[in-house]
Amino acid sequence: MGRFVPLILLAVAVGLYFLLPYNLAFLTRILIMVLLVLSLDLVLGYAGIATLGQAAMYGAGAYAAGLFAIHVWADPLAGLVAGAVAGAILALVSGLVILRAQGLTVIMLTIAVAQICAEIANRARDITGGADGLRGIRMDPVLGLFEFDFVGQVGYWYALIVVAVIFCFLMVLGRSSFGLSLRGIHESPARMGAIGVSVYWRRVAAYTIGGAIAGIAGALTAQITQLVSLETFAFVLSAEALIMLILGGTGRLYGAAIGTFVFMWAHHTAASNDPFNWLFVIGAMVLAVVFLLPKGLISMPAALTQIFKGGRDAGT
Amino acid sequence: MQGPESKGLEVRGLSKHFGGLTVSENIDLDLPPGARKALIGPNGAGKSTFANLVTGILPPSSGTIRFDGEDISALNEPARVRRGIAKTFQITTLFPSLSVRENIRMPVIERKRLGYSMLRAANGDAGTEAEVQTLIDQFELGPLAERPVDSLAYGQQRLVEMALTLALKPRVLILDEPAAGVPSSETHLIVEAIERLPKDLAVLVIEHDMDLVFRVANSIIVLVAGQILTEGTPQQIAGDARVRELYLGGAHG
Repeated sequence: MGRFVPLILLAVAVGLYFLLPYNLAFLTRILIMVLLVLSLDLVLGYAGIATLGQAAMYGAGAYAAGLFAIHVWADPLAGLVAGAVAGAILALVSGLVILRAQGLTVIMLTIAVAQICAEIANRARDITGGADGLRGIRMDPVLGLFEFDFVGQVGYWYALIVVAVIFCFLMVLGRSSFGLSLRGIHESPARMGAIGVSVYWRRVAAYTIGGAIAGIAGALTAQITQLVSLETFAFVLSAEALIMLILGGTGRLYGAAIGTFVFMWAHHTAASNDPFNWLFVIGAMVLAVVFLLPKGLISMPAALTQIFKGGRDAGT
Repeated sequence: MQGPESKGLEVRGLSKHFGGLTVSENIDLDLPPGARKALIGPNGAGKSTFANLVTGILPPSSGTIRFDGEDISALNEPARVRRGIAKTFQITTLFPSLSVRENIRMPVIERKRLGYSMLRAANGDAGTEAEVQTLIDQFELGPLAERPVDSLAYGQQRLVEMALTLALKPRVLILDEPAAGVPSSETHLIVEAIERLPKDLAVLVIEHDMDLVFRVANSIIVLVAGQILTEGTPQQIAGDARVRELYLGGAHG
């Protein structure tokens, strides 16, 4: 069943474009967030690296893509590459240090890296615009053909295609030998060492790839909103990405997509209906999922089947 | 340095201290190809520490470990595994939610250095799959191959544990209490699996179950308080008054 889910998700994304033509900016934000949460799924869901600092690579990618567009070349695809490289380099350099540690220390260090990045961007006003944000990003048309428009149609398709391509890449990666070894590390690092794997380097590799993908997500934000603010490094962003992933379910990729969509949709709806108490709705939703569906929303079909069949382990 | 005839593993003067506590002292041990040796001793004698020193999980305080003449004392665990020194775990350490087949596929992939292959499916290599199937057949795990290992009986998990380690094609194999926790009705599975190991493989069994030790080993080393008390054939060991005292007088006194 799982193999059809990505196609259904793609159909939903295309359908929403036609159903909500005036909400494209919001839908594009969801797509970009899906990409960030996918990068987190690789790092946390597959490789088992507990992080609360994925925004560091997202922000690095956003600033890199913005600066690249302003000073070097305004081509969008080249900008994505710049964002990916920035995210990968930051993840590699910080990962070399962070992944020497274990458990809670890793979480603290990932938070610290994002904070340091935010402070650097804040202080380097002349380059980054500091607290005012990086302005003046003007992108060339995608592939020289499709000009970014006011309504956000091109932006939406552009983001959707980038997310779809990376989703496919991650599906391939998840089934590869490398993906299998990440699951092995997640389940039993001691055993991976005993079969000759340097767990440290394998984790660094996964963290770097995750960083590149987060960087691409950041680059998309910079290009589509034409603005990069210090918020791209925010702790809240890392934390929300984690909640979305847990909400949807880890280690399955489409869990990341579903969790992000549900979270952001609920957030959007609740915040516009009740600007004062929307956080309560989000909190209740997360609690309900964590208690009733510990493996996330993606486990709902299995849970429902079990309830209706009334039996335990029906059919296994 | 590698001569025409492999010398196997040579341990000389190996010691390990934790602060002021000596857990291994001046241990000499040879494990040539084809050896079937057992390491026995009371609880706390330092058997597992010795295994961890040989496989590189712990660094020795002093002494050398040579493998085919090469000093490997300073190498870490993955590097020693790649040279052919492998160990099974005292407590089963598998990938619990992965299937038997995936568990065994993992070491084959890593031995072939395919662990960084990102675009080809893990089960897409015919040679790897054939090798995995051979191991599954060898340990008679066929009917269980697609089941997650945490759904298997403990004795069966021990077999997966051995298959997984054997998939590394080791030249030295250390079995750390292969029958620990296995009900006596299933112990024969372990004994048979050990008897079927490749003939040129050097095997060191660390075990409490004397019955198993006497059936699989042709040389027994007795470790007491981190030191080798004696080494000999099963008959010599069985007739040794000091060993009898350790196992009969001391333990049950």
